[in-house]
Amino acid sequence: MLELIKGAWHWSISGLLISLVMLLLIKSGKRFGVSSSFKTICAIGGAGKKIDYFDYNWRSHYWLLIFILGSIIGGTIGSTLLANSNPVKISPQTVTSLKSLGINAPMNIEEGRGFLPEEIFSFSNLFSMNGFIIIILGGFLIGFGTRWAGGCTSGHAISGLSNLQLPSLVAVVGFFIGGLLSTHLILPLLF
Amino acid sequence: MKYINFLGIGILFGLVMTKSEAISWFRIQEMFMFHSFHMYGIIGMAVVSGAGIHLLLKRSRSKNFEGDAIVFQEKPKTYKASLLGGTIFGLGWALTGACPGPLYVLFGHGYLIVGLTIVSAILGALCYGYFRSKLPH
Repeated sequence: MLELIKGAWHWSISGLLISLVMLLLIKSGKRFGVSSSFKTICAIGGAGKKIDYFDYNWRSHYWLLIFILGSIIGGTIGSTLLANSNPVKISPQTVTSLKSLGINAPMNIEEGRGFLPEEIFSFSNLFSMNGFIIIILGGFLIGFGTRWAGGCTSGHAISGLSNLQLPSLVAVVGFFIGGLLSTHLILPLLF
Repeated sequence: MKYINFLGIGILFGLVMTKSEAISWFRIQEMFMFHSFHMYGIIGMAVVSGAGIHLLLKRSRSKNFEGDAIVFQEKPKTYKASLLGGTIFGLGWALTGACPGPLYVLFGHGYLIVGLTIVSAILGALCYGYFRSKLPH
């Protein structure tokens, strides 16, 4: 049983558990939306004094920061107590496509866990062009874009779509336009 | 202590993100290359079962744990913002290989460099707030 939990979970179980997280948050009187945390952190930092968008009662979002603290702890448990002994097994086609860019997907646990391409996500690579664009600019686009769109994968793709919200469907179309551009046009230019 | 349940729900979320491999940069590339059903299966299953949850909660007029009626918030009909902001987020999603939830989870995995990505995302949100009135919504 423990081995089963330590391994990768089937997509159907994973998807069900994500909607369970959403259900628990709804039943707790809250909403499932992780990107709101960026706004909350700005508000706690005092941004509301200068910018109206951040001038709201951020204490009402205090729970979200606790939820995020929990997800960080969940990550730590998932990489220690419940660590998988095999790396993420992606499709051979993707391995080949990435290899043509010079990015290696780990084939065994000694090469890495397959969560991040570690040669890109390293402090020594931070000031190379691809490192800066991926690690820093990528993060900036996530914060700017999710707040403009009013949600990310959790708020729009999962909560919004499952509540039949048309603005969420439009947002998800946008997620894919941007994602396809990055994967097929920008990444090949960076490597 | 009043928030301890959210810590628990967060831990569950962190574990699901890890074990579903949705936090993997490689899985996100695979998704945008259409090489595997895995990520579509996860999101699709979450949406379909989530739709069932919404339907049941609405039909049964279910109350929340505090005994109050559940308020289902409508997303604002700002379609330009959804599409343009969504596209900007999509660009970042495929570059970093992570959406906001997985960024925090990866940090918990000990990838400290992702902390810089999170700080940058917070600055992105700050920047959006500053330019908000000048952007189409």
